[in-house]
Amino acid sequence: MFRNQYDTDVTTWSPAGRLFQVEYAMEAVKQGSAAVGLRSKTHVVLVCVGKANSEFSSHQKKIFKVDDHIGVAIAGLTADGRVLSLHMRSECIHYKFLYDSPLPVGRLVVQLADKAQVCTQRSWTRPYGVGLLVAGLDETGPHLYQNCPSGNYFEYQAFAIGARSQAAKTYLERKFETFPECSRNELIRHGIISVKEALAEGKLNGSNCNVAVVGIGEAFNTLDSKTVQQIIDSLEDRADEPPVDVAPVEGEQGAVQDDTDQAAAPMET
Amino acid sequence: MLAAAQKDEKKDQALKNHVGHPQTGRDCPFTLLNSPISHTQYPYVTGTSVLGIKYKDGVLLASDMGGSYGSTLRYKSVQRLKPIGKHTLLGAGGEISDFQEIVRYLDELILYDNMWDDGNSLGPKEVHNYLNRLMYNRRNKFNPLWNTLVLGGVKNGQKYLGTVNMIGVHYEENHVATGFGNHLARPIFRDEWHEDMTFEEGVKLLEKCMLVLLYRDRSAVNKLQIAKITEEGATISEPYAIKTHWELEAFKNPATGAVGSW
Repeated sequence: MFRNQYDTDVTTWSPAGRLFQVEYAMEAVKQGSAAVGLRSKTHVVLVCVGKANSEFSSHQKKIFKVDDHIGVAIAGLTADGRVLSLHMRSECIHYKFLYDSPLPVGRLVVQLADKAQVCTQRSWTRPYGVGLLVAGLDETGPHLYQNCPSGNYFEYQAFAIGARSQAAKTYLERKFETFPECSRNELIRHGIISVKEALAEGKLNGSNCNVAVVGIGEAFNTLDSKTVQQIIDSLEDRADEPPVDVAPVEGEQGAVQDDTDQAAAPMET
Repeated sequence: MLAAAQKDEKKDQALKNHVGHPQTGRDCPFTLLNSPISHTQYPYVTGTSVLGIKYKDGVLLASDMGGSYGSTLRYKSVQRLKPIGKHTLLGAGGEISDFQEIVRYLDELILYDNMWDDGNSLGPKEVHNYLNRLMYNRRNKFNPLWNTLVLGGVKNGQKYLGTVNMIGVHYEENHVATGFGNHLARPIFRDEWHEDMTFEEGVKLLEKCMLVLLYRDRSAVNKLQIAKITEEGATISEPYAIKTHWELEAFKNPATGAVGSW
């Protein structure tokens, strides 16, 4: 995109019918590090790469728990993402207070989109510079949504946002038809593999890779770094293809397995 | 200068009959500016008991159609059972106008819920909690909605029956009653209610209790409705009367023994 005379503020249309400021806001999303979301019939998984400012600093927190049944991964301006997560948490708890019931994801997503839209129509507020992947569970099952700075929202079977997300999407496109039937652990593996594709340099490990799951019978929780490291290690032990066999590491809800990545993830957040 | 201006303002205020209240900002007669804000009401047109029980397929509610004006049985076709959305039934005792207001709030709530058009819907539990918030908040403002409400419903196979009253006390139970029903009907429920009653058994139990109420509650009228809610939806019966029996020996020949001394 090149500078032009119609991109100074969000209340100016271009002759081609575009709002450049909104589009620039979406560029900010593309600058953030990758976030991937994918869903099966029973679970939704979010996987992100968290950049670290320097060797001494902690890795960027990109996944936020919004409620027991909803979580969000962000890409773009982290501060904007944090503020929106706080807003979502507030909406969820307010609904819970009024109705003693979890807020349906779809409704939260629409409220969020409407909030983003407001910023595309005022001259004194800028659009939010963050893209969100909202993972949640409601009456109608597990859902994955993407929210844009433009105020648009879309529901997905699987999606990736942020830097080099196309590489992740290519992997997802190859595999997404198998996702509905995937088990929780298979889904996590697919997520990690696809996020690996989006990594430019360095290696994926338990510290820079955040994984979170929500599903039927499982509240939204982030896996701890040890568990993530184990999954990543197990991926390296075999080819890129996720195994079809029932190796212990990838075990289902079986009883006797020494699969530590199968262990119930602690409720981190 | 300032004092004079303030005096003028007071005079202006005195000339107007209604002014903005300094505390609430709302319209207020000038003569009441210095009196404390007080809202506590008295009920005017009231409905008496409402009964509710869970049964095999859902929930049954029963109430009569009376609206008393103090001790007069003034209105005899007041429908005190109303369906709310697809999944819920609401019955109310207490001030009828407040009940109408509550139904208006709930209809609006259900409307907005339907407008989402997204496969999610508010079930009886959600409506009950919302009502509780409503009633309790009004109570905290010393301006209660003078009702005791019974809320029953079925959603996704789950039966729900609960009650809320004007001070915000709320709970769920297998059988509930309001007003006199608490004293006259619930003992019968405790003895005779059991899990998975059939529709006929449920109606029989409710009619038995309504009969006791008819005999003993002076604000009861012999015109009642039974409402049923199941997974399929809500139905409220046409009004009907139940048979009462007055052939007690003691009622015959009432003049016997009425010997006067003067």
